[in-house]
Amino acid sequence: MEQIKDLLAQACSAVDAATSVSELEQVRVEYLGKKGPLTALLKGLGKLSSEERPAAGARINEAKQVVAERISQQRRDLETAALAIKLASETIDISQPGRGQHLGSLHPVTKTLERIEQFFGGIGYSVAEGPEIEDEYHNFEALNIPSHHPARAMHDTFYFDANRLLRTHTSGVQVRTMETTEPPIRIICPGRVYRCDYDQTHTPMFHQVEGLLVDKGVSFADLKGTLEQFLREFFEDDVKVRFRPSYFPFTEPSIEVDIDRGDGKWLEVLGCGMVHPKVFEYSNIDTEIFTGFAFGMGVERLAMLRYGVDDLRLFFENDLRFLDQFS
Amino acid sequence: MKFSEKWLRELVQPAINTQQLVDQITMAGLEVDDVENVANDFSNVVVARILQAEQHPNADKLRICTVFDGSEEFQVVCGAPNARAGLVTAYAKIGAVLEAPGEKPFKIKKAKLRQVESFGMLCADAELGISEENDGIMELPSDAPLGISLRDYLDLDDNIIDVDLTPNRGDCLSISGLAREVGVLNKAPVSYPKINDTVTTITDTLAVTLEAGQECPRYLGRIIRNVDLSAKTPTWMVEKLRRSGIRSIDPVVDVTNYVLLELGQPLHAFDLDKLEGSIVVRKAVADETLVLLDGNEINIGTETLVIADDSGPVALAGIFGGEKTGVTTETSNIFLECAFFNPIAIAGKARGYGLHTDASHRYERGVDWQLQHRAIERTTQLLIEITGGEVAPITDALDEQHLPTLKHILLRHAKVNAMLAFEMPAAEIEEIVTRLGMIITETHEDSWSITAPSYRFDITIEVDIIEELARVYGYNNLPSKMPSAALDFTPRAESKVSMHNVRRTLVGRGYQEAITYSFIEKSLQAKFDDINTGIALANPISAEMAVMRTSIWPALVKTVQYNQNRQQSRVRLFETGQCFISNGDDIAQENVISAAIVGKRHPEGWSSDNQSVDFFDLKGDLQSLLDLGGCADEFSFVSDQHVALHPGQTARIVRNDQTIGYIGALHPTLAKEYGINGNLYLFEIDQQKLQAGKLTEFTELSKFPESKRDIAVVVDEQCVFETLKKIITSTAGEYLKNVTLFDIYQGQGVEKGRKSLAINLTWQHPSRTLNEEEVSSSIHLVVSALAEQAGAVLRD
Repeated sequence: MEQIKDLLAQACSAVDAATSVSELEQVRVEYLGKKGPLTALLKGLGKLSSEERPAAGARINEAKQVVAERISQQRRDLETAALAIKLASETIDISQPGRGQHLGSLHPVTKTLERIEQFFGGIGYSVAEGPEIEDEYHNFEALNIPSHHPARAMHDTFYFDANRLLRTHTSGVQVRTMETTEPPIRIICPGRVYRCDYDQTHTPMFHQVEGLLVDKGVSFADLKGTLEQFLREFFEDDVKVRFRPSYFPFTEPSIEVDIDRGDGKWLEVLGCGMVHPKVFEYSNIDTEIFTGFAFGMGVERLAMLRYGVDDLRLFFENDLRFLDQFS
Repeated sequence: MKFSEKWLRELVQPAINTQQLVDQITMAGLEVDDVENVANDFSNVVVARILQAEQHPNADKLRICTVFDGSEEFQVVCGAPNARAGLVTAYAKIGAVLEAPGEKPFKIKKAKLRQVESFGMLCADAELGISEENDGIMELPSDAPLGISLRDYLDLDDNIIDVDLTPNRGDCLSISGLAREVGVLNKAPVSYPKINDTVTTITDTLAVTLEAGQECPRYLGRIIRNVDLSAKTPTWMVEKLRRSGIRSIDPVVDVTNYVLLELGQPLHAFDLDKLEGSIVVRKAVADETLVLLDGNEINIGTETLVIADDSGPVALAGIFGGEKTGVTTETSNIFLECAFFNPIAIAGKARGYGLHTDASHRYERGVDWQLQHRAIERTTQLLIEITGGEVAPITDALDEQHLPTLKHILLRHAKVNAMLAFEMPAAEIEEIVTRLGMIITETHEDSWSITAPSYRFDITIEVDIIEELARVYGYNNLPSKMPSAALDFTPRAESKVSMHNVRRTLVGRGYQEAITYSFIEKSLQAKFDDINTGIALANPISAEMAVMRTSIWPALVKTVQYNQNRQQSRVRLFETGQCFISNGDDIAQENVISAAIVGKRHPEGWSSDNQSVDFFDLKGDLQSLLDLGGCADEFSFVSDQHVALHPGQTARIVRNDQTIGYIGALHPTLAKEYGINGNLYLFEIDQQKLQAGKLTEFTELSKFPESKRDIAVVVDEQCVFETLKKIITSTAGEYLKNVTLFDIYQGQGVEKGRKSLAINLTWQHPSRTLNEEEVSSSIHLVVSALAEQAGAVLRD
C-alpha cells in the first residue's frame, strides 16, 4: 500500500511539473497508460487473496482517479495560461483610425431643404418641382406682376429673351400646380432661384422653399400658426416670432416674418401672405369658395442662422473644409 | 425715403419717442431701415462772422482770422481755403466739446499754431457730423444771427429716418402722407400745410394740349414772371431738403423739391423764354431725341410720353426735364408744370433709359390725382415768398374721362371674420376704415359700401380693405392656430428611388455634396460639350456666369481645381441639379446626378493598401446607385467616346437601349488645361432614369446545392468582359445563376496583345440537384461559344 501512496505522490508531482499540454500528455501516458505502474498494480491484484483484493482494487482505482483529475485540472490551467499568452500577443492599438471611406457630407443647403421638407411632409404637404428657365407668364404675369409693375424692379431678373427668364422665385411652380390640381392643395416648392445681384450679402443664385395651402376656410390665423410652429421646430427653440405688414403683388395681406432668438434683435426670415384673389383668378380657382396662404423662405439664410455661417458666398465655393463640417 | 423727424412732428404730434415711432411705423408696414442723428453731439458752437482773414506768417496754408460772435472778437488760426473776411460760419469756442460716434470727445482749448495763438476752431460740416462735406468751413447765410448756438440756428436736435416703402404705398412718399399714416396709427389729428389760392397779377397763359389723355388726363400749368433767382433759399428749407438727401440748387428747384417732399407731387419748372409756342403732352414719334438736364442725350422710344413745345420734346413726362428749357441763373420767367400721369404710362420707362428720379419713383407708384391744384398753389406761394414775381392764372388741361375714378368697394363682415378667424366688431371696422380716410357711403345689414380715398391706389377690392383692417389692428394681435384638414395620405411610389437615398448612398461612400452655379463660362461649357451650346443669358452678371450649363462636369472640375489649390489632393464630389439643353424652341431641363473623384482611394492613413483611384472605383460607386432601384440588370456600359473624356476610358451608360449618361476619365488635355493633379474620373447620369426602379418580386429559395465551375480563357486584349458575359448567359442554360469575373491576367504565359480572364459560373436548379453531366455539358457549350464568337482559348 505504501507503494500506491508513493506512486500517487510521484504522479502528482510529475503532473504539477508539466509546463505544456504535451508534457502533461506524456505524464498521463506514463502513469495512467496501459504500461503505467498503476495499471501494472491493477494487473497484480490477482496475486492477492480474495479478502484483500476488493480493498486494494478500490485504492488503486481511487489513486488513478486522483491522478486523472489532477491531470485535467492541470490541463485547464495550462490551456488558460496559453490562451492568455496568445491573447496578450494579439493585442492591437485600438486607437489607430478605422479603415475605408470616411463618411462624406450633404451640402448644408440640402440638409436644410431636407429638414424643411420633412417638417411640411409630416403635416401632409407634398413636394412640387418645376423648371428653372421660366416664362414671363408663370414667373410674373400669373402672380399679379404685370410688366409695368414696380415690383419687377425688385426682382433683378436674368433674361434670355423677351419671354424666357431664370425664375426669380419658385412661385411659378405654385401657379403650375394650381393650373392642374383641384383644391385642396398642400405643396412646398424647393429649388434654385436667380437674381441679378452679386455682393457680400447676395449671390446670383440661391435656394428657396415656397409653400402653398389652398382649401375652404383657410385664414390668416392658419398662416400665422403654421409659420410660428415651423420656425420653432426648425430652430428647436422657443423663438419669438413677429408678423410685419409688407407687400407682395401675389398676396393680400402680405407679411414679412421676423424672429428673435433671445438677443433682442429681429431678423427677417420669410415672406408670406394670403393668396391674392387675382392669382386665383388666373388659375380658375373660385375665390368665393377657396382661400389660401403662401409663404417663401431663403434656404441659405435659414442655414446661416441655424449653423452660424457668417458668409453667404461660402455656400457656393464648395471648399471641402467647409462642406466637411456638415457630415 | 429719408425724412426729418422734426418735420413730421410739425404735422402730427403723437406722444411717443423716436424709437416708439420707428417701431410703430415699421410694424405698420413702413419698414424703417435706419435712424441717424442730423448732427453729432457738440456744445458751445455758435454762429460767428470772420471780420478779417490774414495770411499766417509761418505757414502758407493757414490764415489768422478775427472772428466776431456778436459781442466779442477772437483770434482763430484756420486752414480752410474758404476762410475769408465776411464769411458767416460755425465757431467752436474755447471749452466747446465735439463728439463723434466711436471717438473720444474732442475738447477745444487755447492753442498755438506755428507760434500764433488760436482761440477756438472754425468748423466744417464733417467735423460736426452734419454732412460728409470737408472741403472747407461751413458757409452760413450772411444774415444768420451772430452768437446764437448753431444747434438752435440749424435746428440740429433732429433725426433722419430712412423708411423703405413697398411699391403699394406711394401715398406715403411725402411728409404729409407719412403724417397721415402716423395720425391713423395714433388716432392723432394731422395739421396739413395751409394752402391758399395765390392772387394773380398777370393774365399770361400758355396753351396746353393733351394729345395723350389716357396717359396724362390732367396737366396744370402756370406762368410766373420776374422771379429773382439770385434770392437765397431760406435755411429752414435747405435743411429740410438736406435731411431728405436733396441738395439745394436754386430757389425754383428747391421749392419744387420741397413740395415733392411735403405733398408727394412732382413738379417741373421750364424757363418760359426758352419754350417755343405751346405745350403738347403726347407720345414721342420716331427718331426724337432730347438732351436731359444731366447733359445726356437720349433717343426717345415711341411708347414714351413727352412734354413737347413747337420745336419738339422738352421733357420726358414724369421722369426728367430737358436741358434746353431748364431753369438757369439767367432765368426770370418760368412755366410751372404740375400733372397727373397715369402710373402705367410711366412705370418701367425711366428704367428703360437707365434713369430713376424722385418724380418717376412717385408717378410709377401713383400720385394722388386730386392733388395737382393744391400742389401748384403751394409751390407758387412758397416760390414768390422767396423770389418774388408776378403770378398768372392756372391753365387746367383736363381729359376727364381718363381721370381715375374713386373706387367703390363692398366690404362683407362675414368675409372679414372668415379671413381673420376672428369676430371683429362692426364698430371697430367702421372706426378703422374711417380713420384711414375711407368713406362709408352706406351701411347694410352685414356689409358696408365704402369709397377709397384718391391717394390709395392700392385699395381696389374687398381684400385690400381687410388687409388694412388687419394692419391697423395689428398682425400680432390677431389669432393664430394650426389649420385643420382631412388626414389624407400623401402617395409615395415605393419603386421610385428617392433622391434622399441617392445622396445618402454617395455620402456613405465618402462623397461630399457640392452646389455650383447653374451658369458658367461659355468657353468652359464648350470644352465639355461639343453637341449642345449653352443657352446664353441676355444680361449675365459676368463672363464667368454667361451660359446655362448642359453638364455639371465643368463646374465640378473647377471645384476640384479650387480644392487642389488648397492642398486637398483627394477629392470626392457629387452634385445634383438641372442641366439645360436647347431643342429648337423648347428647352429640356433635366435633372442629373454628377460625380468626380481624384486622389487616393482611401483617406490618408496607416494602411498600406492605398492606391490612387481608377475608373472602377467610380464605376463601383455608380453601380451602387444603379442597384438602388432593384433593376441593376437593365443597365449596361458600352465603350464609347466623349469630348471631355479619355478616348480609351469612356463608357456610355445605357438602360434598355437608351443612353442615360457617361462615365470615364477626364481627358488628359482638359486635365492639363485646368491644372488637375492625378487622374480625375467623372460620371453624369439622368436622374429620372436612375430613379425609376421596380418593386421587389420574391423568388422561391432553392433547397438544392449550387454547382460552381471556374474557367480561364485567353482573349484578345480589346475584347471586353461584357461581350463574354453575354455569350455565357445565352449559352449556359436556364439554370445559370451568376457569372463573376474574378481575375484578369496579362504577362508571362499569356502572349502579348492577349489577356486571360478567370470567370466563375454558378448554376442552381429550383427543384433538384443538377448532375455532373448537365453542368459539364453546359461548360462545354459555353467554352465552344466563347471560342467561336470571341476567339477565346481555354487556358490550362
